[in-house]
Amino acid sequence: MDNKFHELDYKALILNNKIQKTDNKFSNLDNKTKKVGILHMEQYRIDPNNGLEFGLYTLGDHLPDPNSGERISAEQRIHEIIELAKLAEQAGIDFFSVGESHQDFFTTQAHTVVLAAIAQATEKIKISSSSTIISTLDPVRAYEDFATLDLISKGRAEIVAGRASRVGNFDLLGYSLKDYEDLFEEKFDLLLQINENEIVNWEGKYRAPLRNAKVLPRPKNGSMPIWRAVGGTPASARKAGYAGVPMYLAHLGGPATIFKRSIDAYRDALESRGFDPADFPVSTAGFFYTAETTQQAQRETYPHINEGMKRTNGQGFPKQHFAQGADPRDVMNIGSPQEVIEKILYQHELFGHQRYIAQMDFGGVTFDRLKRNIDTIGSEVLPAIRKYTKK
Amino acid sequence: MKIVALSGSRVGSKTRTAIDYTVQVLQDKYPDHDVTLLDLADYDIQFSDGRNYLEYEGDTGYVTKTLMEADAIIIGTPIFQASIPATLKNIFDLLPVNAFRDKVVSMLATAGSPKHYLILENQLKPILSYMKAQIVQSYVFIEEEDFQRKEIINHDVLFRLERLVEDTVVLTETYQRIRDEEDAKYDF
Repeated sequence: MDNKFHELDYKALILNNKIQKTDNKFSNLDNKTKKVGILHMEQYRIDPNNGLEFGLYTLGDHLPDPNSGERISAEQRIHEIIELAKLAEQAGIDFFSVGESHQDFFTTQAHTVVLAAIAQATEKIKISSSSTIISTLDPVRAYEDFATLDLISKGRAEIVAGRASRVGNFDLLGYSLKDYEDLFEEKFDLLLQINENEIVNWEGKYRAPLRNAKVLPRPKNGSMPIWRAVGGTPASARKAGYAGVPMYLAHLGGPATIFKRSIDAYRDALESRGFDPADFPVSTAGFFYTAETTQQAQRETYPHINEGMKRTNGQGFPKQHFAQGADPRDVMNIGSPQEVIEKILYQHELFGHQRYIAQMDFGGVTFDRLKRNIDTIGSEVLPAIRKYTKK
Repeated sequence: MKIVALSGSRVGSKTRTAIDYTVQVLQDKYPDHDVTLLDLADYDIQFSDGRNYLEYEGDTGYVTKTLMEADAIIIGTPIFQASIPATLKNIFDLLPVNAFRDKVVSMLATAGSPKHYLILENQLKPILSYMKAQIVQSYVFIEEEDFQRKEIINHDVLFRLERLVEDTVVLTETYQRIRDEEDAKYDF
């Protein structure tokens, strides 16, 4: 959508020049120019006055619980994810999202189907992917799915499009990893065009051309928020800025100030292309877990993260690094409720972001513990965050 | 302890000869340790295309996974064109950036000229440090004249290889013990 306005802005400039030359009447053009000036975050369904939004996300991993060595069935895992979304809504959490990974130890490959079940089971929580690997999907088909999801959920759906950190989808879905970057850029751009225009004319390398194509159904309000997922480096963040789209920034661990560089790079890139960074929301995404004390939280969550990463990434999480995660300056939100609240508020002050989404179910965490965390979020974390970030 | 002896080239026989002797010493002195020989001449390995090492199949997947599971790696390499061979560099490229974290890596080189002595110091060690290896600082440098028909005839080279094996095992045991003690101090 921003591309469209950017283009309009540019067209308006050219037209204004013409107007000056020809001295014509231009009342409707003036309207268009004004429209550009009042672009706000609302088009991404974000109201900064409400303070920092808090969400939950799952990669849809399907891993054994390292404490028991047992793995629940895929059926149970999917039902627990849907149940988690319901509980999140009841606790007042703003947002819930599900990712797709096409390989062993994952179970939400068909993430839009899971999201549809969540849409039906909930009423007000925003729902999204985290992320949709648009590179190996047909953007037309993906848009149809998400637009339908937006209608089922009555205007609550969003798309977060990413390039994949696990690349099992390329072989499985018949794409070459050599085209990793090109595939994403071309298909992401098409996805944005479909969102901005009801009738699309498009030609590219990785898909048959579209001639006066109508992509239906349309989302409830004609378009929906589409974000770009960024893996952490400033170079990757800059690409979201150049594209003029809101950014999701994933962070596993490390000092928050390192991730600030990526957010700065994103906003610089936005400005370099004539966008106003104040119009674009930023969301961060990372580990979250609370228990009575920080030590308790670390004890409960470390085996899940360490064993889960061994299986999905091939390397565990070193204890030395994990221990540093408790530092208030570290971006990993694992600790006592009070420490986690202070960290999130510190990150908000540093990043000036609009949404934080928490990953707390990675690596076979039991549903009881997830429920307990949702209770803590609802009773302690959300009230504090809203109190201090609301305008 | 899992030890992998990696012979890093598809060309020639000297590196393999040196690695074979190294493996033999390992097996004689440390029969309880699990030793695997990986000679890159025996495998059909693709060039790195950037995917996670778990996602390679066939020989490439076997070699990357075997290396990642090792506690210690002894790398044997010839020197070609004043550097390590591309076959060996490709192995590093196939692995994650922190692949050698908590692993001990030691080295031996075979070369046609003594002018190549510092190649390991200047070219291989920086790669290993970048990949977070605990490096056995002394390496064994073996020249053409030390070999005769696929055997090492210089007794000093044999002694040095024996010391390299011992240093590798001692450093691995020591490092693992210290790491375990430190990890046990964390309260999680």
